[in-house]
Amino acid sequence: MKKVSLLALGAGFLASLAFTPEPVLAQDSTLDIVKNRGMLRCQLGTPAPGFYALSDDGKWSGFDVENCRAVSAAIFGDPDKIEYQSVTSAVRFTAMANGESDMLSRTTTWTLFRDTQLGLDFTTVNFYDGQGFMVTNDSGVNSAMELKGATVCVLTGTTTELNLTDYSRTNSLDITPVVFEDSNVRDSTFFSGGCDAITNDKSSLASTRAKAPDQSIFSILPETISKEPLGPVVRQNDSQWKDIVLWSLFAMINAEEMGINSGNVDEMKASSTNPEVKRMLGVEGDLNKGLGLEPEWAYNIIKTVGNYAENYEEFMGPKTVMNIPRKGSVNDLWTKGGLMYSPPFR
Amino acid sequence: MSTGFDFLNSTAGFSIAWSIIDYEAGDTYFHVFLVGIANTLIVSFFAILATTLLGFVVGVMRLSSNFVIAKLASAYVEVMRNVPLLLHILFWFTLSSALPPPKQSLGWLDSFFLNNRGFYVPAPVPGDGFDIVIIMVLLGIVAAYGVTVWATKRQFATGQRFPAFWTGVGLIFGLPLLAFLALGAPLTFDYPALKGFNFQGGADVPRAFCALLFALVLYHTVFMAEAVRAGILSVSHGQTEASYSLGLKPSWTLRLVVIPQAMRAVVPPMISNWMNVVKNSSLAIAIGYPDLVAVFMQTSLNQSGHAIEIVAMVMLFYMTVSLTISAALNYYNKLVQIKER
Repeated sequence: MKKVSLLALGAGFLASLAFTPEPVLAQDSTLDIVKNRGMLRCQLGTPAPGFYALSDDGKWSGFDVENCRAVSAAIFGDPDKIEYQSVTSAVRFTAMANGESDMLSRTTTWTLFRDTQLGLDFTTVNFYDGQGFMVTNDSGVNSAMELKGATVCVLTGTTTELNLTDYSRTNSLDITPVVFEDSNVRDSTFFSGGCDAITNDKSSLASTRAKAPDQSIFSILPETISKEPLGPVVRQNDSQWKDIVLWSLFAMINAEEMGINSGNVDEMKASSTNPEVKRMLGVEGDLNKGLGLEPEWAYNIIKTVGNYAENYEEFMGPKTVMNIPRKGSVNDLWTKGGLMYSPPFR
Repeated sequence: MSTGFDFLNSTAGFSIAWSIIDYEAGDTYFHVFLVGIANTLIVSFFAILATTLLGFVVGVMRLSSNFVIAKLASAYVEVMRNVPLLLHILFWFTLSSALPPPKQSLGWLDSFFLNNRGFYVPAPVPGDGFDIVIIMVLLGIVAAYGVTVWATKRQFATGQRFPAFWTGVGLIFGLPLLAFLALGAPLTFDYPALKGFNFQGGADVPRAFCALLFALVLYHTVFMAEAVRAGILSVSHGQTEASYSLGLKPSWTLRLVVIPQAMRAVVPPMISNWMNVVKNSSLAIAIGYPDLVAVFMQTSLNQSGHAIEIVAMVMLFYMTVSLTISAALNYYNKLVQIKER
């Protein structure tokens, strides 16, 4: 009797595997779902200074949060109709693929595998980064090549975990990774000396350093061991939704290029004679139609969220804890030698 | 999303901090699965062993007529079982961060070292002919069993007693020792030595392993102890009085009369306690110990994206272990329970 019931249990289990439904069928477009709900569900990581910091009164702010706010502003004309979801990096893609989040904006690296095999689509890059190492000054280490035999703290489910292994194998460094699920446990383990070094995207290392009680005792090593293009992600097979997120980012980049910011956008809208500015701000033409948004969608983004340069200054610039200079870096505008480039608003 | 089990044959591009079976980056996901299973089983094995032994000690201590011992044991039980296991694990992990860094390691005899990375011990390296010593150990066990059976039979037949226990100990340890010396001590040790950032050579267990083992043992010992206490209390006091009046001394009374009857009540809760040890070892994820959940359900799931397949495999593993433990202990339970004929 007992054996029979066990077998039945096993068979039922296997059957449920075989008939697992496809995650979220594209019957309703994400835009309709979001509009009906009246809220955008935007996925962030666990709090990290610079990218998605959580204030004492429970408000999210940061460089990646601005992407969510821009999309909300484009859809609703209000940047704060957002339900933020704070998710560990290990389950971020599952939460996207099964429809819990509408978009993901959280220092996520664009790779071929993730773009094609996880049921997700990457939109574009809002920050070009690269992986590095951080050590304490008194370790006497000045280069990543001196990390032979070192123990390195790393977060699970990240590209950095794979890059670390590749780098260690290529240079026969014999690095021992200590893999954590929670970035807070990882950071406190590193601060208390449980690892010789910590590895992550360089901007995230700056973010980790900002959390330390004494920031001056840590230094980031010069080597950059990988390309880490970071940007927002949406579910696969909803091109309209992908376009909305993509062009919300482009609107901020293009606004910077054309000299529009949150301060002068009203004036530009009223008096600019530049046809591209007029088209972008919804005074002329019908660029909004294909997106399914109001004509003033881009105006709303710039008015309430600001352009790319404003956001960079506010969250990553020299006056912040992150202190990552932009001038002349890859994250500068293409007109100034960087990679930030928006296709034309036409 | 792609589905299916093909991914098990593709290479996993990450390395694993610590493993008791061979693994290097570039092995397959299936190999990662095995590494995770091995790491889960090794920590569970030691935790179950220590939990069971300590549980018996604490359980008997709680029933001690000595006031201090009994109160100490109850204080231990109350403190440990009222705090969630995850807190125990994080507590021991955080506490162990106060250990010195590798260059100032605590060392004993220049062979054992403890620092905030882990515990380092000399690794035995068997030389030529060491397998003969292992065969002698097995022979010793068989011989000891034989002697015990013979001694019991003789006692039943003639009433004469024979020191079977000590003879057995002598056989199990003496035979291999003689062989070992005769072969010229074919065993050397690889000592850990400080080189670069940390100790190289020897054998090591990471700090997370120690913290996890500590937490599991301290927590689950309590439930074992309570099961033992319940078992002993379930044996009616008349049994003890009867054996005293037959002239048995207290230690014999405990060993021959009380414990065998108590085991009937101890084994069923012990089954679920053992299972809980194995299942709760998955909380290791919080402190970076590479167990099955950490390396397979976290890292592999993330890098390959095969959520359904991987979660199913992990569930299947825990189910198999639990059912195996349950089957083995139920068999033992059949042996000790009252034979009603």
